[in-house]
Amino acid sequence: MATQQSRTLGRIAVAPSVIALFLWMIVPLAMTIWFSLLRYNLLDPNPFCSILSPAQLFDEANRCLAGTTNYYYFLTDPAFFKAMTNSLLIVGSVLLISVVGGTLFALLLDQAIIGRNIVRLMVIAPFFVMPTVAALVWQNMLMDPIIGFISWITKSLGMGAVDWFTHYPKTAVVIIVAWQWLPFATLILLTALQSFDEEQKEAAQMDGTPPLSFFWYMILPHLARPITVVVLIETIFLLNVFAEIYVTGTGGRAGNLPYLVYQYGLLANDIGGASAGGIVAVVLANIVAFFLMRMIGKNLEG
Amino acid sequence: MGTISLKNVRKVFGDHVIIPGADLDIKNGEFVVFVGPSGCGKSTLLRMIAGLEDLTSGAIAIDGKDVSQAAPSERGLAMVFQSYALYPHMSVRNNIAFGLKMAGVPKAEIDSKVAKAAATLNLTDYLDRKPRQLSGGQRQRVAIGRAIVRQPQAFLFDEPLSNLDAALRVNMRVFIMQLHKDLGATMIYVTHDQVEAMTMADRIVVLNKGVIEQVGSPLELYNNPDSLFVAGFIGSPKMNFVTGPEATKQKAHTIGIRPEHIDIIEGKGTWNGKIALAEHLGADSFLHVDADGVGRLVVRASGEFRGKEGGAIALKPDMSRLHRFDEMGGVIR
Amino acid sequence: MARAVSSRRKWAFTILAWTLAFLIFFPILWTILTSFKTEGDAAAIPPKFLFFDWTFENYGVVQERSNYFKFAMNSVILALGSTFFALIIAIPSAWGMAFSPGKRTKDLLMWMLSTKMMPPVGALIPIYLIFRDFGLLDTRGGLIAVLMLLNLPIIIWMLYTYFKEIPAEILEASRMDGASVWKELVYVLTPMAIPGIASTILLNVILAWNEAFWTLALTTKDAAPLPQFIASYSSPEGLFWAKLSAASTMAIAPILVLGWFAQKQLVRGLTFGAVK
Repeated sequence: MATQQSRTLGRIAVAPSVIALFLWMIVPLAMTIWFSLLRYNLLDPNPFCSILSPAQLFDEANRCLAGTTNYYYFLTDPAFFKAMTNSLLIVGSVLLISVVGGTLFALLLDQAIIGRNIVRLMVIAPFFVMPTVAALVWQNMLMDPIIGFISWITKSLGMGAVDWFTHYPKTAVVIIVAWQWLPFATLILLTALQSFDEEQKEAAQMDGTPPLSFFWYMILPHLARPITVVVLIETIFLLNVFAEIYVTGTGGRAGNLPYLVYQYGLLANDIGGASAGGIVAVVLANIVAFFLMRMIGKNLEG
Repeated sequence: MGTISLKNVRKVFGDHVIIPGADLDIKNGEFVVFVGPSGCGKSTLLRMIAGLEDLTSGAIAIDGKDVSQAAPSERGLAMVFQSYALYPHMSVRNNIAFGLKMAGVPKAEIDSKVAKAAATLNLTDYLDRKPRQLSGGQRQRVAIGRAIVRQPQAFLFDEPLSNLDAALRVNMRVFIMQLHKDLGATMIYVTHDQVEAMTMADRIVVLNKGVIEQVGSPLELYNNPDSLFVAGFIGSPKMNFVTGPEATKQKAHTIGIRPEHIDIIEGKGTWNGKIALAEHLGADSFLHVDADGVGRLVVRASGEFRGKEGGAIALKPDMSRLHRFDEMGGVIR
Repeated sequence: MARAVSSRRKWAFTILAWTLAFLIFFPILWTILTSFKTEGDAAAIPPKFLFFDWTFENYGVVQERSNYFKFAMNSVILALGSTFFALIIAIPSAWGMAFSPGKRTKDLLMWMLSTKMMPPVGALIPIYLIFRDFGLLDTRGGLIAVLMLLNLPIIIWMLYTYFKEIPAEILEASRMDGASVWKELVYVLTPMAIPGIASTILLNVILAWNEAFWTLALTTKDAAPLPQFIASYSSPEGLFWAKLSAASTMAIAPILVLGWFAQKQLVRGLTFGAVK
């Protein structure tokens, strides 16, 4: 329906949420940018270096305005390059595992299986587990080299125990995160598979299509859009993985960008540096999102 | 009581001119059908009368009162939608009663009006069912009941029979025509089916790309189409159109003759050719003939016609029923 | 498919599926099992599967020592509170966008999606400082506001897709029947949209419950929900695995149950309606 009346009402109705989200986005972003230009440390003997007393900002003695030094220090910090690669590594590996694994699982669960509903429940459950719990359970009960379950298995097979978090922290983190997101991909792809037109399947049967060709030419294109969505959604969340790293204490070796910002801010109390880091993270996220949207944007309904 | 008039009604959407400017006067109690191919603007026009779409310019008046800016509920109209648009979470009774409830009618009156409408529509047994428990035809009747019970100035129908199967469609057509006789109310009916238009209408409004091509009674449009478009749209099977030397002979760019106005004779006719395809319907047969120098013609023959596909045939068109058109598609009288 | 699948194929797939599913589910299963063991049993090598002395003592100790119920209560309040306030703004928004779309509507929706893409780290410092200076740290109200804004895009998107499925003609019919905008919302739209609204609530409760980043950063004890409760168990204090398991089970159990019921909603909500 398209009358002047309904259009105006529509606009009024939408306004509150737009305003709320706009503030939520703009205010912190603006402040972060501002802080990133300041020499602002919570432990600083000069606690006036804050936005609440701008008069102090230009005081020569305090020299609060730091310009781009924060960015310089952050970006040249060797930890930054490591953190960024870790960020991308985590995102990439988990995407790969969850999409490929998710597709295979979805195909499997789409078959006629006895007790299909229970199997579904078991496969999907990890997604609902809190990241903190997931991290703790994996770290202590499964991967602990002395009394962890996995170590028991590897020792029984004569392979000795692997101290995951000391030797392979990145792999450990990837495993934990992938464990949680594989079910998500499976769920989405399974739902999409089940919406596959029955008549198309029957037409292919009549044509005598071999299963592999059927998969490649019919199922995969049908899954293109859901896979696109899965990749998009997962990337949004994976770029910001935090709890798993924080809880397992692997920030030193496997820390990603968010964790580095946390280190700067809440551990070293360097607000200026942390803010610069935050902006860098935002820029990185936007770059990734831009490329993602370009590559797969056409697959989305929008 | 239920007169509706449109003056220079215009609808523009962005860069698209959907309706350049429409003028129409509908008399009280008339059954008017808006007909035309998909996208011709007939539904848009109906919705503008209903108040569901804004006018870009122009005026709509109901009973002399200008309603161009009025909300749908203020126009005293009722609409029956193509998809019935019943409220799925309400029973049939409440569906029909909803309009009265919105108008603040006291409960006792609502109950009696609903009962009466249900009786007219044979819905009394279904009053407590939900729409999803009804068949297509029953749902359509509920939609009509919802409209009737409000005793509106005029009824608006937006392709109400399109979603029904063929047999049901015929029954409902008769039902609606009977309803019109009984209620005597003004009805505007939109359809793309020219059979519905011909059988139901007092007057037909033929639309093409937003323009009203012609307004007239069914037989007027059948016998005296003003344009190539109207001539080709009304009548089934379509009128035969011939261009080229045969048309020039008649001093026209295109000539048209209906399948039922071509006689089949023995020997040599005005046009001669071979039967390419034959459609047998029992009472009639329609022959697709490749006529020399003319092209493909559809000719109506009686059901007893014994000619075979591939056989020769001689045709004599009734020249008094021949229509002549210029290169713009306008009729030459 | 109408043709019967061969019995052998069915069994092969069944065994494969169950095996893989079991492997994936194992950590959760192990946690639940361990929560019923004594600490000694929990650390035993080789690990004990089913034959141990089942006990409930861990649950008791966890509640006593760290007051599970307080944290759980906070989780519930935060989840329901943020959902409630989000719905108040989201329902009109979704209604406006679904039924009075303009040229900008699609762009608006994409923009809302993009606000979710912003890394929380980018906003952490300012929000933390604002909260600190306004005394909002460790308050339920503050966290409800944050959680609400965090999930608002998803809620609006989800409601939008549900509203879009309501045929516009039904609302137009109510308009023709004389209903004012308000009556149309109350008598026609809301009853028809209840399943969609319920699904959205379900999804948001799950998302709010599991949210770790903001809750860890902005709470310490008063408003701390379950993620904080669990994080406090991460400092090793000797043999504590059975208790950790009990704590974990208590933290994730409600959501596991809810999540099972909310699968369809999850798919729709988290794919922004692209997959249904």
